[in-house]
Amino acid sequence: MSIVSKVVFKVGDDISTDIIYPGRFMATVLPSETLQYAFADNEVFNKKLNAKQVPPNSVIIGGKNFGCGSSREQAASTLKGHELIIVAKHFARIFLQNAINLGLKMIICPDIDASEGDDIEITDTEVINKTTGKRFAIQPLPKARQAIVDAGGLIPYAKQRMLAMHNK
Amino acid sequence: MGMTMVQKILARATGQASVKVDDVLEPRIDLAMSHENAAIVINQFQEIYKDTGIEAKVWDPSKITLIFDHRVPAETSKTATNQEKIRKFAAQQGILKFHDIRGDEGGICHQILPENGYVRPGYVVVGTDSHTTSHGALGAFSFGIGGTEMSAVWSLGHALNIEVPGTIKVTVEGEFPPHVYPKDLVLHLIGLLTAEGANFKVIEFHGPTIKKMSTSGRLVLCNMSVEAGATSGIVPPDEETLRYLKEEAGVTDKIEMMSPDPDAVYDREIKIDVSKLVPQVACPHTVDNVKPIDEVKGIKLNQIVVGSCTNGRLDDLEIVAGILKGKKVARNVRMIIFPASARIYRQALKKGYLEIFMEAGAVVMNPGCGSCLGVHQGALADGDVALATTNRNFKGRMGNPKGEVYLCSPETAAVSAITGVITDPRKGG
Ligand code: SF4
Repeated sequence: MSIVSKVVFKVGDDISTDIIYPGRFMATVLPSETLQYAFADNEVFNKKLNAKQVPPNSVIIGGKNFGCGSSREQAASTLKGHELIIVAKHFARIFLQNAINLGLKMIICPDIDASEGDDIEITDTEVINKTTGKRFAIQPLPKARQAIVDAGGLIPYAKQRMLAMHNK
Repeated sequence: MGMTMVQKILARATGQASVKVDDVLEPRIDLAMSHENAAIVINQFQEIYKDTGIEAKVWDPSKITLIFDHRVPAETSKTATNQEKIRKFAAQQGILKFHDIRGDEGGICHQILPENGYVRPGYVVVGTDSHTTSHGALGAFSFGIGGTEMSAVWSLGHALNIEVPGTIKVTVEGEFPPHVYPKDLVLHLIGLLTAEGANFKVIEFHGPTIKKMSTSGRLVLCNMSVEAGATSGIVPPDEETLRYLKEEAGVTDKIEMMSPDPDAVYDREIKIDVSKLVPQVACPHTVDNVKPIDEVKGIKLNQIVVGSCTNGRLDDLEIVAGILKGKKVARNVRMIIFPASARIYRQALKKGYLEIFMEAGAVVMNPGCGSCLGVHQGALADGDVALATTNRNFKGRMGNPKGEVYLCSPETAAVSAITGVITDPRKGG
């Protein structure tokens, strides 16, 4: 499978969940409502998202330790709400797990190098920057986590397990 | 091959003789904690049962604890409505370890768990809060998870797909010099490791300095381990753990002890001698941007915050009271103090600390997260600079991305409140 897309936003290292989804909006929990506060403190990008100027499958390029900080799941659900793809050098643990659980597309790509506006193709094994012609290997998810992705997220996975527990 | 503390706990929680790093396990959970974000967990929990014909019942209500702390009392009708939904859920499911907004038993989740004896050595504890790492102070494997993952725990009683983490062994030696505290030690360690240096790993604390340290100090270390990316911090339980659980948490039943194997294999070993450590300050906007106090002293402040799950305990308030007694908070700063729990608040009241704080000009708030989270009770103005005993200084953390937050120990915060600028506690206020 491959996705052809564009980089719409690039951020640095250690992007915290406070930047992705500020704490003051934490009382908002429904995924249908969290999407309005994605990167709320970055007026320009937040406005673009809310004005629907960012097409689904658009790529955000992150650095190291993307999603560090709080366990707030809204940080994953708000990005999922806009159907964004996060390509980062690596992710913080709780954010990574939340993204998998909610089905947010994220790609671990330790050497990724791309700028805003670059054309990107994502295959099963690599990220290709079509603007610069460079290719970057994708680090696959640990097996256990892939099982949750394959089930379509944690809720369907947990549902299967719960039914098995009740012998149904 | 010997096992680390967390490997031993995970082996027990999965009924195996041994486990090794990167094994994927489904440990049974001894305690599952959520705060106001239980609102998300309840939604997802109901999704798991939707259209199955099976009644949505939690696996064991005695192992679930729910605590209101992030926005107490509710700052908006939206929060109040979330809290009401959680309150009803707790009643309907028979969850008794429920701490509502109350002056007798409320407080910050990471203080409520230890002080009520909910956490024991060897437990596997999960919480929908990243600072769940705190409870490693009592010898538990305790880590943060998201709301959806918690809904699966409520349903199944297991955490799903946990990879056995590698462990970093930190051995601490030496006596703390006067005016230097566990908070300075952990800030120094985070500076050393960086914000991602312990990603997916556990930090296990050892050494004579840790042996002598109170549980309150150990809670500071484990609480902030997550700021180096750690899955958890942990202190192998000892005499002090038993003392705390019996004397301070009122535990009367038998407490099982556990320790890592002497031949356990660690990913990395770090030795720290605290005898030459100086007060540390984490500078905006990352926790690993740590500097010795000399490099930041004199920075002008607008707000001082004492409190949070890191440094809002009685020993912290005692230090602050000792410094503020008979003094005044500088005119140009606001000082806000949050005791970490209702119990601590009442103890501080009896000891006269709260009166000292107020006479000095500080504002004493109800127990809770308060301005640590930046939702209410002390947001920053544009351009404001805050000095706080809390654990995070991310951009926007105190409610305003145009503000700056520095982190320090309670003593550094107190002496700086008197001068109105970041001040070295070794030179006095
Ligand atoms: S005091 Fe701060 S860090 Fe601790 S639980 Fe509350 S918001 Fe989180």
